[in-house]
Amino acid sequence: MIIDLPRFVQAEKPYWDELQRVLETVEAEPARRMPLPEIQRLHYLYERCSADLARLDTFATEPQLRAFLESLVSRAYSEIHETRAPFRIAWKSLALAFPRAFRRHLGAFRLAVAVTLLGCAFGWFIVRQDPQAKAVVMPFPGLMTSPAERVAKEESAKADRYKGVKATFSAELMTNNIRVTLMAMAAGITWGAGTLIVLFFNGVILGAVAADYIAGGQATFLAGWLLPHGSIEIPAILLGGQAGFILAGALIGWGGRTSRSERFRAVAHDLFAIVAGAAVLLVWAGLVEAFISQYHQPVIPYSLKIGFGVCELVALAAFLGWAGRE
Amino acid sequence: MKNRERSLTIETPEGVVFSYQLATPVTRSLAWAVDAAAIGVASSIAAKVSQAAGLLSPDLANALAIALYFVISIAYGIVLEWRWRGQTLGKRLLGLRVVDAQGLRLQLPQIALRNLLRVLDMLPLLYLVGGIAALVSRKGQRLGDLAANTVVAHERMWLTPDLEQIAPARYNSLLAWPHLAARLRSLASPEAVGMAVEALARRDGYDPAARVELFGELAAYFRSLVEFPEAALEGLTDEQYVRSALRVIYGGAGSASGITVGSHARLTPAK
Repeated sequence: MIIDLPRFVQAEKPYWDELQRVLETVEAEPARRMPLPEIQRLHYLYERCSADLARLDTFATEPQLRAFLESLVSRAYSEIHETRAPFRIAWKSLALAFPRAFRRHLGAFRLAVAVTLLGCAFGWFIVRQDPQAKAVVMPFPGLMTSPAERVAKEESAKADRYKGVKATFSAELMTNNIRVTLMAMAAGITWGAGTLIVLFFNGVILGAVAADYIAGGQATFLAGWLLPHGSIEIPAILLGGQAGFILAGALIGWGGRTSRSERFRAVAHDLFAIVAGAAVLLVWAGLVEAFISQYHQPVIPYSLKIGFGVCELVALAAFLGWAGRE
Repeated sequence: MKNRERSLTIETPEGVVFSYQLATPVTRSLAWAVDAAAIGVASSIAAKVSQAAGLLSPDLANALAIALYFVISIAYGIVLEWRWRGQTLGKRLLGLRVVDAQGLRLQLPQIALRNLLRVLDMLPLLYLVGGIAALVSRKGQRLGDLAANTVVAHERMWLTPDLEQIAPARYNSLLAWPHLAARLRSLASPEAVGMAVEALARRDGYDPAARVELFGELAAYFRSLVEFPEAALEGLTDEQYVRSALRVIYGGAGSASGITVGSHARLTPAK
């Protein structure tokens, strides 16, 4: 119990003011390393203000003073008890955080690949079984004609279909694909069910298109058409799926003793790195799809397009597999 | 919904407790409406800018407009909440702030995660998924908040009431008994004091009968805390008594603390 409140305030206020000043400098530069005496002083001030707050608890009519001290203590608490390193934008470590995070959660990526392959197999199977199903699984008017017809049309095209709208097309592709990837990640919060659906559905379309073109004898055209952008775009969407499964894993938390909030806390950095990396990949894929993928033989030979796609895939795999390995 | 909490209480290892008052879905949707408007304005400005690029090539202008709108709608929340330590324009206006659910420092990946999960919370329309999640979850978190481990809390804003308006300094008979005045100060609850301040501020708007009854109840409460001797209460109406009591409660200690509230008593300083 404080008997003489004004005197208490008078005696303690210098410490509160000092803590406030220290907090302001710390918050302004989160990346600064404090020397030991400063840290000790901050800790002392924090404990002193905590004690003052506890003593003031018996003094209920000082709402402003209490609120003031509570805010000071809560701010100091977040600085002192934070064990995660402050997040800094350092491009090199950010670029390496992406492949590192990818490798830390390989299981989730394998699951994403497996689900997509399952979808592919399903799409392949139904188009082979029942050609009428094409209209259902591939809701794109451009793919409704028979593959041979389309190839003949594309290869004999005199005028550039995308002339004057290439950049727009590219921006649409980027935003749409990034949206799908974000959705695959965010849908992980439904215990992974949403991510499963997004990936499976993507797989079905991919499998159905592949089945259609290969059955029509147009495998080279298909590879030349899809590989330049697909070798980046499909892995990027798989990465989104990986992020979704990481999120779902943190939500479910099999066999761990940590609480749900701790598990979420543990994966937040990795999720961010993977999603940001996938978004960058999709920007590249969008450019390639609009400016290269839509041009076929004789404008760009198929061998060049396929070779380009394979190179991209190898480079991506090397980056994800080896960059920043210790 | 039954066990929804209205505040998030954090106990430090030192045994000291502090709390955040959680924001309700209604306040949050108001803040979101402001943010949606801000995004709208920003993207229409971006559209104007990209029209200027249309002089070079209309294709480029279209692409720029699409890309800018996408970037603005996604980055708005992330960048602002990061730079302003958990606030967007709407949250600033409504006095809300995103804070870490454990009271720790808010980090960029957390902010990014809670904003990226918006695509799910917004489904199927008007934040239905997020709204239901916020109503059901104990701390009023939407899915993005759950994944990022954050809550949205009210900023503390305590404004010192303008005593000269509601209780002008006159001779105050209660102050003649300083030990009793000190007791009254330490016993009165903040809620009751807040009510008395409100009641005095609006006293001219009440019906005469309601006014007498209201101040009668308030005075009875303050009297039940501390018994002043007859001499102090002589000739005081209930309303005058409440006024004197407030003067005692604020005048004694409030001014002594010398803290200008409003600017300091925020979760973090506004920069």
